Amino acid sequence: MATASTTTGFIRLLRALLIPFLALLAALLAGAAVMLLSGDDPLAAYSGLFQGAFGDGKSWARTIRKTVPFVLTGLSVALAFKVGLFNIGASGQFVIGSVFAVAVGINFDGLPAFIHLPLALLAGIAGGLLWGAIPGVLKVYTGAHEVIVTIMLNYVASLLGGWTVYAGGTQGQTPGPLWDRTAGAISETPDVLSSAQLPWLFGPPYRVHYGIFLALAAAVLIWWLIFKTPLGFEMRTVGHNMRAAHYAGIRVNYTIVLAMALAGGLAGLAGAIETLGLNHKFAPEFGGAVGFDGITVALLGQTHPIGVLLAAFMFGALDGGAAAMQFESGVPADIIQIIQALVLAFVAAPLIIRMIFRLRRQTHGDAGSAVSTSWSGP
Amino acid sequence: MNQPIPASAFRRLGGRYGNTMFIALALVAIAILVNVTPLKEQTWLRVLFGISALNFTLRATVPLVLGALSGILCERSGIINIGIEGMMLAGAFGGFVAKTSTNHWPLAASLIFSVAVAVAIGGLMGAVHALFSIRFRMDQIISGTVIIIFALGTSSYLYNRDAIAEGKFSSIALPGLARIPVVGPVLFDNPPITYLALIMVVVVHVALFYTRWGLRTRAVGEHPRAADTVGINVNRYRYVNTSLGGMLAGLAGAFLVLEAVGQFQEGMTAGRGFISLAAMIFGNWNPFGALGAATLFGYTQALQNELLLAGVTRVPRQFISMLPYVVTIIAVSGLVGRVRPPAAEGKVYETEGSQ
Repeated sequence: MATASTTTGFIRLLRALLIPFLALLAALLAGAAVMLLSGDDPLAAYSGLFQGAFGDGKSWARTIRKTVPFVLTGLSVALAFKVGLFNIGASGQFVIGSVFAVAVGINFDGLPAFIHLPLALLAGIAGGLLWGAIPGVLKVYTGAHEVIVTIMLNYVASLLGGWTVYAGGTQGQTPGPLWDRTAGAISETPDVLSSAQLPWLFGPPYRVHYGIFLALAAAVLIWWLIFKTPLGFEMRTVGHNMRAAHYAGIRVNYTIVLAMALAGGLAGLAGAIETLGLNHKFAPEFGGAVGFDGITVALLGQTHPIGVLLAAFMFGALDGGAAAMQFESGVPADIIQIIQALVLAFVAAPLIIRMIFRLRRQTHGDAGSAVSTSWSGP
Repeated sequence: MNQPIPASAFRRLGGRYGNTMFIALALVAIAILVNVTPLKEQTWLRVLFGISALNFTLRATVPLVLGALSGILCERSGIINIGIEGMMLAGAFGGFVAKTSTNHWPLAASLIFSVAVAVAIGGLMGAVHALFSIRFRMDQIISGTVIIIFALGTSSYLYNRDAIAEGKFSSIALPGLARIPVVGPVLFDNPPITYLALIMVVVVHVALFYTRWGLRTRAVGEHPRAADTVGINVNRYRYVNTSLGGMLAGLAGAFLVLEAVGQFQEGMTAGRGFISLAAMIFGNWNPFGALGAATLFGYTQALQNELLLAGVTRVPRQFISMLPYVVTIIAVSGLVGRVRPPAAEGKVYETEGSQ
């Protein structure tokens, strides 16, 4: 009996992986078609991409390093999906998390690392929590749709982050509070103190920091939260049917705000890890794109934490190999963005994949992920 | 058909928005007063109401109102369109490529051709969105996101940084009207797409509320089952409306490239598609409401610009630049129970037995 159940479990896992895998395949083929049409060589591009992602130790290190933020922003979007909300705000939460973490990281000289580093990481999480809670609160109390609010907050976050490191204007404006006074006209913070830096797992040239373990731990924690705790059950119930959840006595508003805050916290942690582990400072141009990619990662991973890990690794490889691809084959790295959009399209619409590969229709699970909620009112 | 049209038109225009219209008229009166009297020597008044601020407001409003009209067409038929940003960007890029490849043509022909290309590309993106949402039953919000990411990626991938568009639309002063003080230079001395956008507000309003097509579109968005029962092809209306909406978004892109900036920049829509959505919601899915909301958002952008140029405040420029986004959040948050989206929006419609 035990074998039988593990076999069905295995088959179910394979089936769950089938659509994302075929979606990736179809997207790579379609990407090749785009390259052919615009006169680029897809074979050279993909081999450059592969070399850049997995060619040697340094490539592996880069791929793993790039995977870390995707895991966290992917989890952020996936967690919000579980309560039926669409968090497009991961990039803003990422930026605010970075700013908070750096604010702690450049101050408190003399603190021992085992206090300073966790404090800085927690500050990053707290920043993300706050920024993520705003759309949750507005959704619950005013009915403002989270899609619009999170997108607007992305712009506000990026401007706010820019201001904290602002080098001061020509009209004598006060410089931002985190600006590095020795940096002249450059808008950036001083370096994070070494006691708040996330240490290298392997130092240069294999630049991998301990953030990968934080990301893995976060994935396990979120899996546990969603599938093994009463709170997770409540979140999933709210996501399935808000009205039923309400009648069942679940505090829907509380659950929504909490889920959005936690989603923000995850993206904030991503920002904290990137600044404390890699950049060691904050400048206005950091962050941004990883938040938007979190959406694709979450959907490609079927909003399951383990799936998110796999999808994030794939995105880390695509991103890690992109520069090498452009260098080796001359194909602009932007093709990666097209492939990512295609992956998203194919994953979100399993019907397309089933049509392309002539798969039999399943009785359930064909409709793709559903997140649409109407514009006003929870 | 015996319904007294003028009365209902006034009710729709004036009644619910009576207060708003009064405030708007009062602001116009102040603006005229400021610009024709020595009051314009006052720096702050000039920043708030000067001709330059008003001109900038209109320029910022055009893409927003076109985007909002695009959203209205889609959503009135029941398709949520958060991909406006992507459709705009795709239109802008298409218009740019068309312009750079026809630089040797006579300017007017090249510009008109480029607008047509931008509109066509926008329409194509709209059709793709409809195909995803209807045929492939993709979640409409995700489909919109796909459109955005795809447009961003494709336009950056194909963008040739050496290409330069030569020339853009210039202003056409309407004879007579343009000489009215204040109102003339602001409203009647503009490039063509600006006029077109204002005309489209009226066109969409009339089409939605006074034609058979409009009635059917609204029925499809409110109660598709009922519409189907009386023989309306629900999904055909959704395809057509979403494609038309895409064309309007493409026109907004054409405005950015061929009229406002004159060149393409990567990601040049800079959130305008999303602010359009907020304008659509703020305007309660009505064309004139959307125009009002878009003007408000456009004004915050103009204010940001004027404040930075005039250097009258020591508030860091980042906080001034936040204005449009913060106002948008406040606007969509302050509408509890006061606006109502089309009832069937976001839901796949399937005829009975199609499973």
